[in-house]
Amino acid sequence: MTGNAHEVALRMEGVRKRFGGVVALDGVTLEVERGEVHALVGENGAGKSTLMKVLSGALRPDAGEMTLGGVPFRPTGPLDARRAGVAMIYQELNLALDLTVEQNVMLGREEASFGVVRTHAMRPKVEEALSVLDQPGLRPDTRVAELAPGTRQLVEIARALVGDARILVMDEPTSSLSSEETEALFAVIERLRARRVSIVYISHFLEEIQRIADRFTVLRDGRTVGTGRVGDTSIEGIVELMVGRKLDEVFPAIDSEPGEVLLEVDRLAGVALPRDATFALRRGEILGIAGIVGAGRTELLRAIFGLDAVKSGRVRVAAAESLARATPHRRLGQGVGLVSEDRKEEGLALELSITNNLTLSRLEPYARGGVLSEARRRDAARRWAGELAIRFDHPDQPAGTLSGGNQQKVAIARLLHHDVDVLLLDEPTRGIDVGSKVQVYRLLADLARAGKAILVVSSYLPELFGICHRIAVMHRGVLSDVRPTSEWTEHELMHVATTGETAGV
Amino acid sequence: MSEPSERTRALWAEFRDVIGPLVGLAAVIGLFSVIGTEYYLGGDNLRLIAKHTVIVGLGAIGMTFVIVSGGIDLSVGSVIALAAVVTALAFNAGAPPLVALFCGVAAGGGCGLVNGLLVARLNITPFIATLGMLGVARGFAKYLGDNATVNSEESWLTELTTSNPEPSWLLVGPGIWLMFLLGGMMGFALRRTRLGVHTYAIGSNEATAQLCGVPVERVKLLVYVICGLFAGLAGVMSFSDLNAGDPTTAKGEELNVIAAVVIGGASLSGGTGRVASSLIGAFLMTFLINGCEDLELRNYTQDMIIGAIIVAAVALDQLRHRRRAWT
Repeated sequence: MTGNAHEVALRMEGVRKRFGGVVALDGVTLEVERGEVHALVGENGAGKSTLMKVLSGALRPDAGEMTLGGVPFRPTGPLDARRAGVAMIYQELNLALDLTVEQNVMLGREEASFGVVRTHAMRPKVEEALSVLDQPGLRPDTRVAELAPGTRQLVEIARALVGDARILVMDEPTSSLSSEETEALFAVIERLRARRVSIVYISHFLEEIQRIADRFTVLRDGRTVGTGRVGDTSIEGIVELMVGRKLDEVFPAIDSEPGEVLLEVDRLAGVALPRDATFALRRGEILGIAGIVGAGRTELLRAIFGLDAVKSGRVRVAAAESLARATPHRRLGQGVGLVSEDRKEEGLALELSITNNLTLSRLEPYARGGVLSEARRRDAARRWAGELAIRFDHPDQPAGTLSGGNQQKVAIARLLHHDVDVLLLDEPTRGIDVGSKVQVYRLLADLARAGKAILVVSSYLPELFGICHRIAVMHRGVLSDVRPTSEWTEHELMHVATTGETAGV
Repeated sequence: MSEPSERTRALWAEFRDVIGPLVGLAAVIGLFSVIGTEYYLGGDNLRLIAKHTVIVGLGAIGMTFVIVSGGIDLSVGSVIALAAVVTALAFNAGAPPLVALFCGVAAGGGCGLVNGLLVARLNITPFIATLGMLGVARGFAKYLGDNATVNSEESWLTELTTSNPEPSWLLVGPGIWLMFLLGGMMGFALRRTRLGVHTYAIGSNEATAQLCGVPVERVKLLVYVICGLFAGLAGVMSFSDLNAGDPTTAKGEELNVIAAVVIGGASLSGGTGRVASSLIGAFLMTFLINGCEDLELRNYTQDMIIGAIIVAAVALDQLRHRRRAWT
């Protein structure tokens, strides 16, 4: 850092916000310097999103002061904040897919004479913003729908650059990126830092934060509980600030004894992915599948569950091999359930109530003469929610109003309500906070102890090492041998995931 | 150095979306020119086809804007009838033809304005808002015409849709040329103006458009006004065709208009669509109906074929997009 490095770009002080009786922010202080990457960490529900909504003008704080470059900042709305130089890069991408890169970048600030857009006048600005991104495939005339999802996010960054953003808020920017795309994003962040743009970086991946961030601020229960230089603090230190407890309490003891085989997959190949997968999953066992994004892990689960077509190979459930084509309906009947990695699109019906989400796949117990008993469904929902420690106000509450961790528990509860024996879980802790992760891990350990067989796909290695009996690695659609967790090291595992070579390891 | 390739790419991107419907149109014409009579591709028949396309075509120009914005306008058929009656009444009241024409167009614009206010200001679903207008405009047309057709004297308005224009080098009535002219202008507006880009943006992702400072409410309002104005002009063409304002005309025409836009490749979920493609879609339908008549197929056969074509066009479009997503 050089010269006037410690110039404060943004200061939020004593910010308070309450919703009814719930205090979301209880005097938060956040100070971001010019040209720094400032990590904002904390469990879900700690107040990060609320704080960022206050910053972006979507919410008005009840109390507190904000200054932007030393000038008081009181945005009247998102547009106002954007114009003042605060740009949000949301988890849910804010792009018009049918428009070109250029049209997206310039959306709302097109230059026009007599209403006719002057492409030539805007082009240099767009080119300049794209040059910061340094992506050869990113041309102004490309339609955004044709870009890879990972690249799309960069278009949003370009939009912020054209708008002369001084503060860029990135909310879990890498959660759906491959490792290559993540590297590309980090390179962009470096260049932004060089241009003295300040970045508020929200992520659950603490390794990332350690790599990319200069300083961090930890929120817990709506308060700032710690701030400091990333270089001076260990990951463990940050996590302990976040959860307010010691780290060795994160992973539960996995002490269940694997029993008979419940699910047998033999040389399974789908239309494109997976290409070759063989393994056996036992009662009481947690089997992890590692691999990089796009290796075919999700497709493997989908093929087993009957969502995707199978080209060759066999899936045998509890020794009863059915000759009929597998469908999700048949699989559920055989006691196999899937929780999708994509809670929003596939996992849950977010507008529907908790009760509906929980009981939807198996309504028969509540029907009399075709009429459903709402009261008994609600009771069942309450019972399962209680059993899984789902935090909610009322069973009729829409699932979308729950926190990410609780939503995930509802999705798992649905399978349990369906009384499945084999759980296929795709990234079960993606996008949920550490506290909820701990609860999900405990839940999985309990389920294994109760005799369920669990297949977990995860990109988060510590989690696989923490909760799995055995682990296999997928590389380009081919599944490696399954080995007991103790026989893997993280290094070996990454090696197989990226090269596919198992020989000599 | 990369300038020409850049330009070629841009031109190709512009052209790419029109290819599908164009191929479809060529296929229909090719099919009927083979299995149909020699009359089919004759000058007289082509003139007739142009004349029969003008109402759906004009409606489709406006509808393209609405559908690209992610909306729908079900009131077009009724608005056409209302505009035709208003034109006839204005003309019979002694207004010069040009003034009568503008009265008809303005009546359509008024209906569009109400639709737009309902959708953009009161946040009523486009389907419901325009379904309401479908009833109101039709009823109002009947009220104005006292439940009967309003007949008029001949004027140059009648010549707009004629098959035998004066001078004869025009080949088709001036109304048809007007449709092409306005189609070109509105196509340019949709692709190259701020309003157009904003229309695509709203249809593609309304929340984003809002966040980026696109005046969503105003754009939506304008889009329905545009659709209404074109339905009004289509009503004038109906008046020209019948030499009367018939309050019961164009029943269900909105569905043909929507079909033309959809055959042209627009998605009802918004964000895609071209004026040129919609016009091609309108012509495709007329060529098809005309070809069926040429073969003396029964009316119900035509209905079934048109229905199948709409679904096939959308299915083909889906396939095309899926393939593009793979590569």
